[in-house]
Amino acid sequence: MKKLMSILLASAMMASLAACGGGATSSTADSSAPAEAAPAADPAAAESSAPAEAEAEASGDAVTITVTFRDDGQAENGALWKWFDASYESYDKKDQVVVKVAPITASEGDYFAKIALALQSAETAPNITCEDTFQLPTDVSAGYLAPLDEYLTDYPEWTDGSYYESLKTGVTGGDGKIYGLPYNTDTRGLWYNKEIFKQAGLPEDWAPANWQEILDACATIKAALPDVVPFWCNSAIATGEATSMQTYEMLLYGTGERLIEDGKWIVGSPNIEKSLTFLDNIYKNGYGPSLSLVLNGQASNTSAREYLPQGKLAISLDGSWITGNYNEQGASPWPEYKDVLGFAPMPTSEGQDPKTITLAGGWALSIPAKSANQAETFDFMKHMMSVEQYVPAVMNMGSIATRQDVATDPVYAEQPFMTTATEFLVSADFRPKDDKYPVVSTHIQTMVESVVSGTSPADAMAQYELDVTGAVGADNVVKK
Amino acid sequence: MDRRGTVAQDAKRSVLLLPSVLMMLAFFVLPIILTVYYSFTNLALSGEAAQNMQFVGFENYATLFKDRNVKTSIVNTLVFLIGCLIGMQLLGFFIALLMKSCGKTFRRVVGPIVLAGWVMPEIVVALCCSTFFGDNGTLNTILGVIGVGPVEWLFKYPMLSVILANVWHGTAFSMMNFQSALDGVSSEIEEAARVDGANYFQTLIRIVIPCIKDTIATNTMLNTLSTLGVFGLVYTMTGGGPGTKTLTLPILMYRQAFVSQQLGYGTAISMLLLVIGIVLSVLYTRLMKD
Repeated sequence: MKKLMSILLASAMMASLAACGGGATSSTADSSAPAEAAPAADPAAAESSAPAEAEAEASGDAVTITVTFRDDGQAENGALWKWFDASYESYDKKDQVVVKVAPITASEGDYFAKIALALQSAETAPNITCEDTFQLPTDVSAGYLAPLDEYLTDYPEWTDGSYYESLKTGVTGGDGKIYGLPYNTDTRGLWYNKEIFKQAGLPEDWAPANWQEILDACATIKAALPDVVPFWCNSAIATGEATSMQTYEMLLYGTGERLIEDGKWIVGSPNIEKSLTFLDNIYKNGYGPSLSLVLNGQASNTSAREYLPQGKLAISLDGSWITGNYNEQGASPWPEYKDVLGFAPMPTSEGQDPKTITLAGGWALSIPAKSANQAETFDFMKHMMSVEQYVPAVMNMGSIATRQDVATDPVYAEQPFMTTATEFLVSADFRPKDDKYPVVSTHIQTMVESVVSGTSPADAMAQYELDVTGAVGADNVVKK
Repeated sequence: MDRRGTVAQDAKRSVLLLPSVLMMLAFFVLPIILTVYYSFTNLALSGEAAQNMQFVGFENYATLFKDRNVKTSIVNTLVFLIGCLIGMQLLGFFIALLMKSCGKTFRRVVGPIVLAGWVMPEIVVALCCSTFFGDNGTLNTILGVIGVGPVEWLFKYPMLSVILANVWHGTAFSMMNFQSALDGVSSEIEEAARVDGANYFQTLIRIVIPCIKDTIATNTMLNTLSTLGVFGLVYTMTGGGPGTKTLTLPILMYRQAFVSQQLGYGTAISMLLLVIGIVLSVLYTRLMKD
């Protein structure tokens, strides 16, 4: 009897363990069960990627559209979240779809890793994912994204000139197909606080001609106003792509060099060292913020939402979108910003041609290859990109619109700095359209953070050479 | 019992063991074999290599030897390990010794306080310590009272901060081990030593410590293995930074595998960590035998 009991107990234990172990897959069972019980339900619903929505699907025959994006901590108040909610509220097929907002609250670096993992399986893939256009070619070559060409034939605005042609290349894969609808773009430059400049005796209409003039301005501010942080740029591994693009590439491109030349990554050059030395000068001379402020994932928010509006920061090398924070709806409303802030173009290293430099990036709405209900999803994306839904959203983001017809919208065009930011766009450079760029970019971040925290530029560059060589192969790198 | 009986009993035992063996195979042995395999490939999280993974032989391991960050993180891992071992063991032993000599009230008060650090999940410990060592944290507030200016602990002394955090978290384990070992030392031997004229320290060093040396060895081994794998605590407190100052092997592995999206190289780093763990375990086992 005892033996029988123990066998029973053991098998019960085994069964329960097996049930636990199958946690990842049990969602399929959950979502298919109600569908079987209710044969009237849309069969596609049973294959849905979102297990939590199983009940909602079973109750009606609505299709669930899960939207994934990076939430930087604002939750429902974030510009993207509001856009998804508002678009759904005004959607004429509201009764046929359920939109599930599924934010990923993570630093930039972790966001791309989580998205890559989620897109690998039909069970976890959302229906819409927000892709940074630098990550898009990589995800395309991994087979994670679905081409949209078939649906675009049904979307006249795509071909009638509503979208900027130049931005379409950013969402085109190596195979010439389109993999996303671009929803924002941006430029970068030097934001500066005119009141601080005035107090320090610097011109309020500031336009540095070269890097030395930036360092000189920092020195003046530090001497006149010791409590103010003279200069802020994203410098951490935790701030991810912001560190690569807003900081390092703005500097490197300003020396006249690019990351890649004739298909080979430049892994060592005097210009790389020059860019790193500029950063070294900033931090070594105490022009930068303390490391505890800048070396964490929240650093970009700290500078844009706290230090700049509170008058504790003089110059910030950052994106054109930061003004989105200062709207009434934004994270840090600041009505006076249009008078207090100035937006100067970033000069080249010695003021050589083309005198100033900026980079443009942007994000796109994409459909994962392994997601269900792609036609319904694309229809919802079209609605999100309609002028009525898109204008308030892009204004909340503080971004430059990707639709030319929006650019003439009076409310949009009258935003302070929008004209300047859009002017920058004309001569903007882009990141390499190479599927290895995201990997190289993470090594740039490591290089920048090590210089900022005390490693010599030469040593940091040597490690960068090794990291990039390991990532792209010795045949694809070059030293200058 | 005859031979047939033994066979029957063996069969029964095997049946009962089978479920757990299968579980171990599926969730422990198989992943390890896969990890070894992946470390010889260029598997990536995204991009071409995510779709068509290729066998690259020893390329990942060759990179390991050239990578400065690997050297840095081996050194950091060892500094972290030794710092934690010394801290946890000495403090654990000292508290256990005090607990033995002092009264019940002392035990009742101190025991739970030390245990509190241990029962907390790692992530909670990391958050507590981040706020403790933070710029406006508890430590700086206390130091401010006695007139010492705020110190950026997590940036000026990052390694010290994470070691102290881990010591706070792990001391209770050593304390409990030593407590039970000290309770096992027969009071008669100690008394005999004292009668022979040995003072307290002589008794401690010549009698008590030799009696519990097995516990010391086991405790060191267990602490070594658990400290080698510490990820959450360091990642939450410093993220491996600033720069590479607290970059330990688990963090480097995470950065390469998930941030730089090179799963193949990341698994090669994890193999290195495994080898270090095995070498240290064998070393301790040898020492124990002697």
